[in-house]
Amino acid sequence: MAPPSQRRPGFSRRAQYGFFLGYVVAIGGVLVSLLLVIAAIADPQGFSALRGAALDLTSPVTSGGRSTIGFFTGGADSIGSYFNAASQNTELKRQLKASRQRVIEARAIEFDNRRLKALLKLTRETPDEIVTARIVGSTWDASRRLGTLSAGGSDGVRNGQPVRAPEGLIGRVIETGRLASRVLLITDGASSVPVQLVRDGTPALATGRGDGTIELKTIEVGESPFKKGDIVVTSGVGGIYPPRVPVAIVISAGRDVTIARPLADPARIDYAIVQHVYEPAAAQPINASEAARLGDGQ
Amino acid sequence: MSRIALTSRDMAMKQVRRRYVPVGSTVAAIMIVLLPVVLNAPLIPDFGYLFLVAWRLLRPEMWTARTALPLGFLSDLVSGHPVGLSMALWTMTFLILDFIESRAVFRDYWLDWLLASLLILFYTAGSWFVARLMGSQAAFGVLWPQIALSILFYPVVARIVVALDRWRLTR
Repeated sequence: MAPPSQRRPGFSRRAQYGFFLGYVVAIGGVLVSLLLVIAAIADPQGFSALRGAALDLTSPVTSGGRSTIGFFTGGADSIGSYFNAASQNTELKRQLKASRQRVIEARAIEFDNRRLKALLKLTRETPDEIVTARIVGSTWDASRRLGTLSAGGSDGVRNGQPVRAPEGLIGRVIETGRLASRVLLITDGASSVPVQLVRDGTPALATGRGDGTIELKTIEVGESPFKKGDIVVTSGVGGIYPPRVPVAIVISAGRDVTIARPLADPARIDYAIVQHVYEPAAAQPINASEAARLGDGQ
Repeated sequence: MSRIALTSRDMAMKQVRRRYVPVGSTVAAIMIVLLPVVLNAPLIPDFGYLFLVAWRLLRPEMWTARTALPLGFLSDLVSGHPVGLSMALWTMTFLILDFIESRAVFRDYWLDWLLASLLILFYTAGSWFVARLMGSQAAFGVLWPQIALSILFYPVVARIVVALDRWRLTR
């Protein structure tokens, strides 16, 4: 059955012009929005004031509800623990015994480390924390993995700063409002973190795949050094992320592709720590005159 | 039933309901993203878009193509897309539907679902492409679960929209 066309403006000239004008506005709007998208691709910081304000306005909704969610998931967990108490107890006792030995070993290593560092007179910038906040939400849409952090410019958060949890690296700040900010998670396709293998220090790049996992790519060509269960930590190369922050654990090591899972799951962690950029010079854009000077020198 | 029994205030309320329920419910659907849920993988459909398409297919005479511009702008701001992405894609959706409707010989439930599925694919692919231009390396393959779920969710959203429409028009 053909539906009757209800969009026909009739025979009035005026109505027809109005109808036509509607399309002109719509098509013009599409073109303008496409220009805006192109501007956003060229300069992701565009509209930062507007976007920051939107982030501030919406963050109370998000952070208010987060505690409720935590209450429910936490409740389910504690009921589970109640039923598993006995078996968990023996398991934990065994683990405690094992880890006590480890602690002693670690203490010895730590002492050794301190002594060696003192010998080398190593001065390392300590990446002190700026603020501790909560990850209160994330994007739901298809291709980006961005988290919302409940701290913003008023707490000292700036674009580019690394965000971590006690368990491991979360990502870095890409957008700030006064009260909230957006974090590019390490699982996002645009995130790339220089890492090294804990076992032997092999350098690699950890790139997000957009589906909650991370792909590890070695810098040198050759046999993949990764094995299932390997842990990678940040290497500090690039100067943004501080070194030795745990990043991910390898879950499948194929011939070509190595997939890892982030150690800090933004959906489960309670608190995230925003830190200073490890080497502040790395976050600065290259000075134009400096660049020209370098160019002349060569 | 009878209008005579209603006060002028009731009538005004009914007018507001008639006029603003479609836009209001779409805005509410856009705001669903603000729920405090952290997702590691793309899975949950963009309800704002589903509501918009469902309303548009149900009541073509109510929407002009340019209505999608401010709604898309809101969606961009709330869900952290680059500004202009939803504005462009949503308005293009309306223009595509206008074009199809001017040519369609018949319409039924299944055809609506098919149209909605194609539009969901168009919207997801469009935002994936822009993310790609912005430096994301994510493969298109990771989006299939979300696309499938969106397509399966469309009939549910369409039911909700029909119920809202019925409530909107009750006397």
